[in-house]
Amino acid sequence: MLRDARIVAGKDLRLEARSRVAVNQVLPFVLAVVLLFGFALDADTALLRRATSGLFWVTVLFSAVIIVQRSFAIERHDGINDALRLSGLSAGGIFLGKAASLFCQLVIIELVLGLCVIVFYDVTPSGAGLLIVTTLAATLGIAAAGSLYGPLAAGLRNRDTLLPLLLLPVLAPVLLAASRAFETALGRGVGGGWQWAAMLGIFAVVYLTLGVAVWGPLLEET
Amino acid sequence: MTDTSVAPAAGAVTSTSSGGTRILGLICLVGLAIVGLYAFGVTGADVRLGESVRIMYVHVPTVTAAYCLMIANAGFSVFTLWKRSTFSDLAAHATAEVGTLMLGLTLIVGAIWGRMTWGAFWVWDARLTTTALLFLMYLGYLAVRGLPATPRTRATRSAIVGIAAACLIPVVHKSVEWWASLHQNETVLGKINPNISGNQYFTLMLAMVVFLLIGLWLSIHRFRVLWLTERLDEVGIDAAIDDRRSEYRPPVAQP
Amino acid sequence: MAAEITTNSWWLIILAWVLTLVPLAWYSVNTIRKGRKLSQQVPPESRRWM
Repeated sequence: MLRDARIVAGKDLRLEARSRVAVNQVLPFVLAVVLLFGFALDADTALLRRATSGLFWVTVLFSAVIIVQRSFAIERHDGINDALRLSGLSAGGIFLGKAASLFCQLVIIELVLGLCVIVFYDVTPSGAGLLIVTTLAATLGIAAAGSLYGPLAAGLRNRDTLLPLLLLPVLAPVLLAASRAFETALGRGVGGGWQWAAMLGIFAVVYLTLGVAVWGPLLEET
Repeated sequence: MTDTSVAPAAGAVTSTSSGGTRILGLICLVGLAIVGLYAFGVTGADVRLGESVRIMYVHVPTVTAAYCLMIANAGFSVFTLWKRSTFSDLAAHATAEVGTLMLGLTLIVGAIWGRMTWGAFWVWDARLTTTALLFLMYLGYLAVRGLPATPRTRATRSAIVGIAAACLIPVVHKSVEWWASLHQNETVLGKINPNISGNQYFTLMLAMVVFLLIGLWLSIHRFRVLWLTERLDEVGIDAAIDDRRSEYRPPVAQP
Repeated sequence: MAAEITTNSWWLIILAWVLTLVPLAWYSVNTIRKGRKLSQQVPPESRRWM
């Protein structure tokens, strides 16, 4: 299953690396959102700094929706779904591969977003360990949930608008936990940062397990 | 009961009602009337909640019914994936729809109650927030059900979304609860039920039973409507196939 | 106790009841009406509950 996952992830990432949509479109989108939040909060640096952790993860969530949509829309248009089904790769493996490729793309976006936040919102990063663990756990959860709902709601007419509705409520706890953990790391939360990180780990495990369990029937039917 | 015996009496049965649902519906109406009588006539204002306790008699029952229907939906979803039965698929649809309606009502009425009790329509309390997220999840579920697809595909897809939503209820609740407790707001939404006793308790219990029955009754009717819609599609397809066949007959009848 | 009663307005209580019962009634009527219409178009043998 892990071998299958690596094959699928490799394929997806190569596809992304060649098309450069993530670089050419999603990263500028992230930058735009960072600036827009700045305008919305009236460039009040103190306020922006205070809201950073929340804004960071909201932006990640929105870019995740875009990336998931794109990643599954390509599949659909090129009929890769059927090819994958015929390829004999295990469904769980395909799911994990998809999640892994989403994970990699999201981590890149988060790195750039982190830089933007440091530059524009004048945030000094602290608590590196907690920041990194939180980011990895939260991103894994987002990637898993995205791969679970992606094939349901991407690539066909009338469906693109459905993905945010499905994905955002499900990811709300991730946003909640990741923002709180970031606040703690940046030294302004009420504490419990590592517990939030642990909770993110639990989310990731729940979404991953769900995905591996139900992807078989999902792949058959869509 | 055989179907053919009913068929000659055409026109006599042209609705989704049956003997059972008629009786059930009647019980619901009478029960609702009794609840109304008790809520406004027999019981008085609460010591702590004042007159606003009368809202509880519709608020708590709707949320109870909603959660029960969601649990039923999860059960039907699992069954759909497992046995691939149309029955459980449609039942999942019906329960989710009625449950979502109940959840929506809960949120609206809860906001009104909050306005009376806390002075604000919305408080970031764990239960409220979970319910709101749950409502959104099931709106998503119903949207998935609304996607154009073959019945089989639709059944699988929505069963997966339903199961995922059900699995996430505890996760969402736990995280939101913890978040709300970290805030250390004075938890205004303490325990309400233990303070209620006597007639108020009876009214609340009766209202819960009545709303559960209403949920059941509505789900049954909704299920039958869905069933009929499915049949109608089949009838339409059969007719179309027959049409094609009759068109195609002459040239094929050679060998 | 934190549960202060800020208002005892009957208006809000009535509104809460109306907002619960009216949508439920509306949904019920709609469902039943739809059922009536559909069951006239569907052959009786697929209406097993009667």
